[in-house]
Amino acid sequence: MMIEEYVREVLNKGRRIDGRRFDEYRKIIVEKDIIEKAEGSARVKLGNTEVIAGVKLNVLKPFPDTPEEGVLIVNAEFLPIAHEEYEPGPPGEDEIELARVVDRAIRESKAIKLEELCIEPSEKVWGVFIDITVINDDGNLMDAACLAATAALEVTKIPKYEEDKIIRGEYQGKLPLRAKPVIVTVAKYGRRFLVDLKKEEEEIIDTKVSIGVFDGKVCAIQKQGQGYISLRDIETILELALRKSQELKKVI
Amino acid sequence: MIRKIVLPGEYLEEQRGRKLGTGVYKEGTKVFSAVLGTPKISDTEISVIPLAGKYIPKVNNMVIGVIKDVEITGWVVDINAPYMAYLPLSEGVKEFVDIKKVDLSQFYDIGDWIYCQIFKVPRNKIVQLSMKAENARKLEGGVIVKITPYKIPRLIGKGGSMIKIISEKTKTTIIPGQNGLVWVKGKDVEKAIKAIELIEKESYIYGLTEKVTRLLEK
Amino acid sequence: MKGNVELIIDGKRLDGRKPLEMREVEMKVNVVRNADGSAYVRFGKTIAIAAVYGPTILLPKHLQEDKLLVKVRYSMLPFSVDERKSPGHDRRSIELSKVIKNALAPAIMLDEYPRAVLKVYVEIIQADGSTRVTGTNAASLALAMAGVPMKDLVTACSVGKINDTIVLDLNGIEDNNSQADMAFAMMPSKNRVTLWQMDGQLTKEEIKKMIKIASDACKKLYDMQKKAIRGAFK
Repeated sequence: MMIEEYVREVLNKGRRIDGRRFDEYRKIIVEKDIIEKAEGSARVKLGNTEVIAGVKLNVLKPFPDTPEEGVLIVNAEFLPIAHEEYEPGPPGEDEIELARVVDRAIRESKAIKLEELCIEPSEKVWGVFIDITVINDDGNLMDAACLAATAALEVTKIPKYEEDKIIRGEYQGKLPLRAKPVIVTVAKYGRRFLVDLKKEEEEIIDTKVSIGVFDGKVCAIQKQGQGYISLRDIETILELALRKSQELKKVI
Repeated sequence: MIRKIVLPGEYLEEQRGRKLGTGVYKEGTKVFSAVLGTPKISDTEISVIPLAGKYIPKVNNMVIGVIKDVEITGWVVDINAPYMAYLPLSEGVKEFVDIKKVDLSQFYDIGDWIYCQIFKVPRNKIVQLSMKAENARKLEGGVIVKITPYKIPRLIGKGGSMIKIISEKTKTTIIPGQNGLVWVKGKDVEKAIKAIELIEKESYIYGLTEKVTRLLEK
Repeated sequence: MKGNVELIIDGKRLDGRKPLEMREVEMKVNVVRNADGSAYVRFGKTIAIAAVYGPTILLPKHLQEDKLLVKVRYSMLPFSVDERKSPGHDRRSIELSKVIKNALAPAIMLDEYPRAVLKVYVEIIQADGSTRVTGTNAASLALAMAGVPMKDLVTACSVGKINDTIVLDLNGIEDNNSQADMAFAMMPSKNRVTLWQMDGQLTKEEIKKMIKIASDACKKLYDMQKKAIRGAFK
């Protein structure tokens, strides 16, 4: 039997290949401050999925429409070491989508107090660069990536800035934060709703909705995959995501 | 007067034991249109004749194609489909051919048009062609006109009536390929093409035959 | 800061609309002669042209799968916005191309043309908010005109929250200053949601309300799509 058929058969029996409940996450391990050179960092393991997020701060010119606000830039890279199908090269549509959805969850929840990151209006503000790298892909990169980004922001410090120079390794304080957004991706298989898909499950389930949540509110939604959900599924998906977001928040 | 036009997703009828033809799908017992087209609903079958769309190769269809490449044991043929087609030597030439000595381009060369039959559509979708059908042949001279494949039955007409009128009035030979390519050769090719184009454009109207006849008598 | 710009005055939006009013909508088919199917859709000042080519031969061969491969490219033309947009595929358009593909694919009967490719192009001629949904509507019309087998059309619209009010069909200035905006597409005769994106801050109850507004609007847009297609056969 092909692995795809096996995964399907198990799901059809109302179980999952690793014995989890449909609404159960794999074991989550979050380690913060793992990279000394970064202003903030975190490693997240979601079962065998492993993601490292690093935060670097740089001084740059603000956008003209927000002259007194810091700038947030989120980038994602699926490293070629992470899966046999990944190749080195410019970012593909999956990497871009992941980065942009995590960006929205952080931006729209106003997780970073960007208004406190101005050095000189219209001239200099702090740019917060979050780079999310996938070390090993065993499914559900979206949730792992947002966890890693939020955890890394939690420990991010602002470098000292003296005489137009950043002094790396010396800090003036913590990055001001106001929210801890998380993303819960809910997948639909037949009439069932699952969280935290393993890679093998992702191969056969092509309908997912990622929901960004903070303080009981929704800050990002992204339907993914070539499938559809019914109108009446929307409430179920939102409820499941809001419920599971509590658990994820505790892990950070 | 125009025929009824349905769109993808539009409900047609309950299936009630009838066969499902082209251009439809069912959910439960309900039958819906899968394409933009004109519904054809009888006591035995429900189908929708598409108004547009690419040809899907089917076994036994007679099609018109052009030779794209001459290989050692056969010919690569473009049949105006999303798939390439192949005419193997054994299906292309009746007599024995020693491939060590003979260049296959002496039978069919790049750019030659052929009227042939599909004998196999394998899973890899390299459509297999044959020249063994009775009326299969190389098309010498003439003009190729491209229309929507699903309108070929309209061009042919009931019992071949439409194509016969055009042929007779324009003194041309017309060979319609089920893949939407039509070969025209004879006296008033220009007028024949005009008639074919009219059918392509107005296949959904009633009284098409009269309209075509009027055009031909002008 | 977002949400501080006054966008609703005395219950009317800056362009005079009521909160749940669409802009003027125009739909036309067969606008690109060479394409197998094409359409033009305008929501107010936002204009999209979509064209479909195929299904056609997919090369190289190793890309071939047992179902039709759908390729979508969304792009905003350089002159479509206030400041010239440099041409080419930026991160936003790569994401939107994917999102539109995933909005259309559930409706397309992909098994009908295994190993082939279908190319869908969405060009935003002028952008004034809600470009992805305008483009999705045009693409769906173009697919139908190309004779691509589908389970339903796909119909799309946007809803958002501005000045604490829920509004339908955001224009550019509303989009830029919204508290939340949601892009939504569905297969209207099946109640199946194929595109659902949101950024902003909303409660669950607000989302439910917005989904209702969006799906009702899609039903009206669906009638216009049907009219546009039938209009080509007279």
